[in-house]
Amino acid sequence: MSQPPDCFDEMSGAGDATRAPYRGYSGWLEEQDHKLLKKKASDAEAFFRRTGITFNVYGSDEATERLIPFDIVPRIIGAGEWRKLSAGIEQRVRAINAFLHDIYHNQEILRAGKIPTQLITQNDAFLPKMIGVSPPGGVYTHIVGVDLVRTGENEFFVLEDNARTPSGVSYMLENRETMMQMFPELFTRVRVRPVSSYPEALRRSLTACAPPCAGDRPVAAVLTPGIFNSAYFEHAFLADQMGAELVEGRDLRVVDGRIAMRTTRGYTPIDVLYRRVDDDFLDPLNFNPESMLGVPGIFDIYRAGGITIANAPGAGIADDKAIYSYMPDIVEFYTGKKPLLKNVDTLRCSEPDSLNYVLDHLSELVVKEVHGSGGYGMLVGPAASKKELAAFRIKLMEKPSNYIAQPTLALSTCPILTRTGLAPRHVDLRPFVLVSPDRINITPGGLTRVALKKGSLVVNSSQGGGTKDTWVLEG
Amino acid sequence: MLGKTAGGLTWMFRYLERSENIARLVEAGFRMGLTHSDDASEWESILATAAVRDAYLEHNEAYDVPAIVDFLLRDPANPTSVLSVVEAARNNARLVRTAITREVWEAVNECWITLHDLLARPVRSADLPETLGTIRQKSSLVRGALHGTMLRNDIFNFSRAGTFLERADNTCRILDVKYYILLPSVSFVGSTIDNVQWETILRSASAQRAFRWLYGGETRPSAIADFLIFDRRMPRSLAFCVEKLCSNLTYLEAEYDQKMPSLEMTLAFREKLQRLDIDEVFKIGLHEFLQSCIADNNALAHQIEQDYRFTE
Repeated sequence: MSQPPDCFDEMSGAGDATRAPYRGYSGWLEEQDHKLLKKKASDAEAFFRRTGITFNVYGSDEATERLIPFDIVPRIIGAGEWRKLSAGIEQRVRAINAFLHDIYHNQEILRAGKIPTQLITQNDAFLPKMIGVSPPGGVYTHIVGVDLVRTGENEFFVLEDNARTPSGVSYMLENRETMMQMFPELFTRVRVRPVSSYPEALRRSLTACAPPCAGDRPVAAVLTPGIFNSAYFEHAFLADQMGAELVEGRDLRVVDGRIAMRTTRGYTPIDVLYRRVDDDFLDPLNFNPESMLGVPGIFDIYRAGGITIANAPGAGIADDKAIYSYMPDIVEFYTGKKPLLKNVDTLRCSEPDSLNYVLDHLSELVVKEVHGSGGYGMLVGPAASKKELAAFRIKLMEKPSNYIAQPTLALSTCPILTRTGLAPRHVDLRPFVLVSPDRINITPGGLTRVALKKGSLVVNSSQGGGTKDTWVLEG
Repeated sequence: MLGKTAGGLTWMFRYLERSENIARLVEAGFRMGLTHSDDASEWESILATAAVRDAYLEHNEAYDVPAIVDFLLRDPANPTSVLSVVEAARNNARLVRTAITREVWEAVNECWITLHDLLARPVRSADLPETLGTIRQKSSLVRGALHGTMLRNDIFNFSRAGTFLERADNTCRILDVKYYILLPSVSFVGSTIDNVQWETILRSASAQRAFRWLYGGETRPSAIADFLIFDRRMPRSLAFCVEKLCSNLTYLEAEYDQKMPSLEMTLAFREKLQRLDIDEVFKIGLHEFLQSCIADNNALAHQIEQDYRFTE
């Protein structure tokens, strides 16, 4: 197996010996016939297609629904590694919730001078209407995705936080389901911590934050923009698995001070709405008046305590890329402890010194749009052509505050199955975190995204990335 | 259940039923072309039955058989081409994904995947019988999954109501387009041409075997009308569909404990069919009678939509 230089491979480590977490799997793998594995890989694809596990691609005429490529070699994390990671994730997610509460109440972190005030007040993700609002149960981010990358045996970094509507959890669940169908014997040999209780845990987490007006059995619903949304499969999947209704804005309206859904029997109130619609589209009366996806007046009902919205409106201020560089301070400010998980060193191009440095070292850095996502509008310096660098330089100089820059990390690799055998590819990891008033639940593992192109560092599915089943070992 | 979901279920099964019906119409036309010289006027009737004659003429200048077949099976500009309705069925299935079992969803999804591939290019005449068979089979598989895996609850009854609303409409249209050759006054003609037309009608409703089995060799045109309107043993007859709609809506009334105008309408529809026989229908006028049934059925579909809040 060839390996890019200076890169940590999670199966073989720095040398040739298989790392401990992969030993059980590796033993099994050696007994397998390559042809059979390739057949299993194509079976998996047929299975995904038949089940309809697809995502919609915007702006392409042909095949508007695509499969996310699935690789059958699992990404494996040892029990000890996971314990450390989850402690760091929990600390970070607690800090994020404390930060949101503070930002929308006393703003002590601004008074303490830890974050420039204008970074908050002039940020599109900051919702002034949330000031003074206390969400039921005190929870702002019921569901969080923390994107992690690894560069060495003990080197993990948080690449970004997803505090709005993190997606991908359905792939985590279906990837495991697929692996168990294809390789049942493997799961008797290697003890892997299950992930299948996620939908139930999600339901419990959501209903634990139900507003006081809810009955004994709170009614939860998932709000989707509709069947043409890129993540519609996931919305339907989660609603189905939780036994919740899947609603669109046009199914909902305000009835007697509650948000109610139009059922075949009439209007029935909803207690908790897991919305997969952005803040801006949530309520045409309070936010974007053009929105057809939301519910007129829902924000007023929310403010009056008539419904729980998950995640809370305005939570996006916590995962903004401009705020990201302050996360170590944020964690320390609210937990009183040093962060357990490291941030990637980040240069804010809004600062003149940083901008000059970035312009001088453009070909070595990764530059991201502050509000971008999905790998769009991002420059990977070492992989960019002279022409691309020159074009990006112009964009950067036009509006420096729109960008942050980070060193290009040597992301760890994991083997994938290719036509000719195993080959290393770069990966990241998105663990999914559920927040209740009394506890934080982290599903062991998460979604591993893998860049399928040799040497590529971009793992986003919209940019040709694939996924892997992610194992956390028992122990 | 959400009102939108009830609507999605009804439409999903209407569209699936429609895909099957269109395939059957094309098959009847194709058979006729095999046994007799291509008669474009027969294809014109088929377009009329599918309620797309005007739409066809908007896009085509003459009644040309390959163009008609292509229009009926694949044309995206035709909202009731097989390809369009299968896509619409699947979109509705996606909409109601949380209400149907994995088996039903996978059957619809596979129906769409298969037909999408099969109808990606114009169908060669040699492949037509197999293609039409596949269309009918894929729709049957969804129905099978529904029967085998779904709870007998409101979800099931809305789904079935969709099937029977569509089927009742289709059967009425098949008869209405050809009503003039079914009148008693022509019963003695018995020319070859009439035989062919009767055969087409029966084939369009997948009824040729059943009819022969029940009536032996005797083909009286009025018997065909009687069979397709009144015979409650025949799963595509109007009476059968209305009977089923009565039972679906009766279930919903009991389940929801709410009296609904749609059930009243269905019961009245059934009573109208019970009151009449084929001779009286001929007295009223077969065409007039069928038109009134099509209108009743449309009004019923609309009433169900209102009663169960499919839309705002």
